[in-house]
Amino acid sequence: MTTQGLEPTVATDSGLAPAATESSPDKLALRRFMRNPAAMIGAVVLLLTVLASLLAPLISPYPPTEIDLTNVRQPPSGEHLLGTDSTGRDVFSRLLAGGQVSLMVGFSAALTAVAFGTLVGILAGWFGGIVDGIISRLIDIMLSLPAVLVIIVLAGVIGPSVPMLILVIAGLAWPTPARIARGVVLSLREEEFVQAARAIGSRTRFILARHLLPGALPPIVVSATLLVAESVLLESSLSFLGAGVQPPQSSWGNMLNEAQSLTVLSSMPWLWVPPGLMIALVVLSAMAVGDGIRDAIDPRKNS
Amino acid sequence: MLRVLLIRLLSSVAVFLLIAVGLFALVRLAPGDPVEMMVPPEVSGADREAFTEAARARLGLDQPLVVQFVRWLGGLLTGDLGYSYTNGQPVGDLLVGRLGPTALLMGSALTIGLLVAVPAGVIAAVRRNTVVDYTVSSVSVVAISVPSFFLGMLAIYTFAVRLQVLPSSGMYSPGSDGLGDLLTHMIMPVGLLALANAAAFTRYVRSGVLEELGKDYVRTIIAKGGTSARALGHALRNSLMSLITVLALTIPGSLSGAVVLEQIFAWPGMGQLAIYALTNRDYPILIGFGLYVALLVLICNLIADVCYTIIDPRVRTA
Repeated sequence: MTTQGLEPTVATDSGLAPAATESSPDKLALRRFMRNPAAMIGAVVLLLTVLASLLAPLISPYPPTEIDLTNVRQPPSGEHLLGTDSTGRDVFSRLLAGGQVSLMVGFSAALTAVAFGTLVGILAGWFGGIVDGIISRLIDIMLSLPAVLVIIVLAGVIGPSVPMLILVIAGLAWPTPARIARGVVLSLREEEFVQAARAIGSRTRFILARHLLPGALPPIVVSATLLVAESVLLESSLSFLGAGVQPPQSSWGNMLNEAQSLTVLSSMPWLWVPPGLMIALVVLSAMAVGDGIRDAIDPRKNS
Repeated sequence: MLRVLLIRLLSSVAVFLLIAVGLFALVRLAPGDPVEMMVPPEVSGADREAFTEAARARLGLDQPLVVQFVRWLGGLLTGDLGYSYTNGQPVGDLLVGRLGPTALLMGSALTIGLLVAVPAGVIAAVRRNTVVDYTVSSVSVVAISVPSFFLGMLAIYTFAVRLQVLPSSGMYSPGSDGLGDLLTHMIMPVGLLALANAAAFTRYVRSGVLEELGKDYVRTIIAKGGTSARALGHALRNSLMSLITVLALTIPGSLSGAVVLEQIFAWPGMGQLAIYALTNRDYPILIGFGLYVALLVLICNLIADVCYTIIDPRVRTA
């Protein structure tokens, strides 16, 4: 047994005071982020994937839904980089198109959730009292709802669609950023600079937007990155189960769904290994970037 | 303390009623008419209309909405969840029949997950920033980010197709109902669900133990000349107690994991039933499933609240 983990960590009071150095805190944070290999690799992978998805129409060798019955279940070759599926569609083109959908759902759900959550959280923290009570209880309930199961029920009754997927993922994800924003606002509300702003007669909206939002932004950016990872994972699980993106539109999740039979599983790995790897890669990268930003903003935590 | 719990209980009931209203509204607002789908293909013309009308009357769908809701809610309270649109069986019976396999899957996975996560998390916290810690953390990050269905397919490919040592689907081999057979069928789905649970728990245990180790009472023990093992003992007690709350709150999420794995391994549980209902637009089953999930979430939250109050005396006075 070592005492390594038992050393008391040095507690500093408000970590928000800017360090008295020549570089700005932002520059320092950026430098710390650049020195974190996992985060940098994650950022590059994420960037490349986003770029590939954006340019999908240009780099796709074939239209992703074009059926070619003369070229069914071809293994990877020079002509079809990742082979073809059971209806002769080019797997590489479908992978690109799928990435477009998966990333679009992931990013828009995360952004919507963060925008809404931040607003609600700041309001709850600022106004306190009964507003805060109701919002906090709502956050607790929402956080305990299992998103996959909620969407299965909704998709089963309303019918699955991409906009519904984004809305419901965002609708279930906003409590995380809301909770973070609320916490930051609660701790900043009584700070002297806020009192000063009030004393000189700043309007509430101005104080919220100018003094409180910037304080909440760093942890919110971290949670946004992690939400992208979660949303991509959620979308793929749901599309895999048939409650998300519907064929013929491809998504990484439903490409795996189409490969569930034992014959495909055992003899045509090119149909299911690439989309599975892409999901894992994107989720891992987004999480690495999120962790990297967190460590860069708050270096005390990982030392 | 009793008053606090009573308020929590009442608010849970209120939330459940709200969810019930929501689910009911959802079904009535849904596009498409399930009655239309019940008409046999050979029935056409005026016969078709007579058939749908009779079916509507039999299902009570010709009554005003409020009447339908009150009837439905009354049925719910007496355990009547309606009948499946696709095979006519009572939804309550269908769900209860699937409860056993899902409970078996989730129960064993949660137990194994805990048995792995507690030692792993404690070791990672105590040996913080060493190879052990990094290994534990990386494994749990990978386990969280690789989708369980992809891991499941990889597992089937490796153990069922290539090595042929494990069955790829179901709970029992045809014509067999032995315990050994059940256990071999359980290895892959339970193992993967346990991995997902363990990954999440490990992070909780690690950060919980780390937080406790940084507190003043630990410093006091060390200052008074106590061994680090003794200090760890105190910290463990405090950090593991809160794990009970986390455990209760993880159960609904763990059901999501079970749904996905049941689908891959053809495990005859609730998740498979829900996916069947999803593909066949069988609303009564979906609604029954939704109510069941809502109930599970609220009960787990309530358990978490109660545990929290018992474990942490400071909450009682609040």
